[in-house]
Amino acid sequence: MSLQDSVLRGDRLAISRLLTEVENDTTAGQAALNELFTHTGRAHLVGITGAPGTGKSSLVNQLALHYRKAPQPLKVAIVAVDPSSPFTGGAVLGDRVRMRELSGDSGVFIRSMATRGSLGGLALATAGMTQVLDAAGFDVILIETVGAGQSEVEIAKLAHSVLVVDVPGLGDDVQAIKAGILEIADILVLNKADRPGVEAAERALLGMLKLGHPTKHLVQHHNHLEEVLAPVDAHVDDWLIPIRRTVATEGEGLPELLEVLAAHKAHLQNSGDWQRRERSRLHTQLQDLVKQTLMAGWRSNVTDAQYADALDQLVERKLSPRQALQALLP
Amino acid sequence: MTDKKIRVLVAKPGLDGHDRGAKVIARALRDSGMEVIYTGLRQTPEMIAEAALQEDVDAVGLSILSGAHLTLVPRITQLIRANGQDDVRIFVGGIIPDEDVPKLKEMGVDGVYGPGSPTHAIIDDIRKLVNDAA
Repeated sequence: MSLQDSVLRGDRLAISRLLTEVENDTTAGQAALNELFTHTGRAHLVGITGAPGTGKSSLVNQLALHYRKAPQPLKVAIVAVDPSSPFTGGAVLGDRVRMRELSGDSGVFIRSMATRGSLGGLALATAGMTQVLDAAGFDVILIETVGAGQSEVEIAKLAHSVLVVDVPGLGDDVQAIKAGILEIADILVLNKADRPGVEAAERALLGMLKLGHPTKHLVQHHNHLEEVLAPVDAHVDDWLIPIRRTVATEGEGLPELLEVLAAHKAHLQNSGDWQRRERSRLHTQLQDLVKQTLMAGWRSNVTDAQYADALDQLVERKLSPRQALQALLP
Repeated sequence: MTDKKIRVLVAKPGLDGHDRGAKVIARALRDSGMEVIYTGLRQTPEMIAEAALQEDVDAVGLSILSGAHLTLVPRITQLIRANGQDDVRIFVGGIIPDEDVPKLKEMGVDGVYGPGSPTHAIIDDIRKLVNDAA
């Protein structure tokens, strides 16, 4: 039986081996993904992102536990991404440490992966690996990004629902209005909500959400209330981003978080956003593939010596970067 | 195509709470370019075998300081083999009396490393055994 047939039957060793093939981008992995692609598109892809130490792994652990405890338990796969060392390419993947309670449940599959040099909070192969798990019949796929700074927003292109995890005391309300990671949230999670400062953190997030609301609203400015109109072309989305408080280590707030996730999924399906996100996700994947393929094709036409020579001239300021490009294009 | 990365599970089975050695090894393997899946303290043999399966690792490193190695190691190796992972290499580190080393090797352990083992020797052994298995 082929690897992909075993994956479709839910064979765990086959799933694991195919994940490796896909991660390493082997021809066998590519061929299997081609076969499996028609079986994908069913799972709810949930992204979990946020700064290092906000409790993403603990939250993922609790989400999975609660999905399994539900009256109709869902099969849950977890893809946890941690950074590779930029110097050695090695990595320590430690997200499983917080997920030990999930051990021994055949309805859960946890896979750790390293970024292998890609930026943006995910690895190149993450999308392909979620497709394998989707085809293998997992209902929910929780994708935990690396500890994200402000611009690791790739997860928004992959997941249907994005949880951005914040904790009290990380930053003031100026942090909250900066562009970047907070903007990609479908649901904001204020974790470690038993800590001091939770009220202030929630106010800052709420303030950020109100500014983003598509109708006019009042803001406090130098002690005056001023009316601010949203840009007329603002995208009007009737999903109002909820904030949910959790204490992930204790499981507090998790039932409510699961309800919001279910509501978001229903919203996506009823509003047509599910299809729109699907299209935009596949668009991103196709573009990435085109880039990789063109890059690989170009690289195979240029010798190492030619490349080194152009780089030398660049370093000596004999060529500009664009002139070097001209020299290296056929 | 990306180079084949060596993936190693570093686990602490049993009840002793000392994970300094396991962390030193995890860090050394990382610095040699391997991907280390670190699972933390107090893992049961079942948890270790399950993690080895889901992560499709090439090697499993067990750190045991409790003296229970002759009980834990055969259980873990059996479970890993029963999952169909015949070529996963198994390494043991920690406090292992000399006379137990041959016994562990008979149980399918590929290398045993006591205190003071140079990390580069462990790295070289893992590389060699994993590449031979491939």
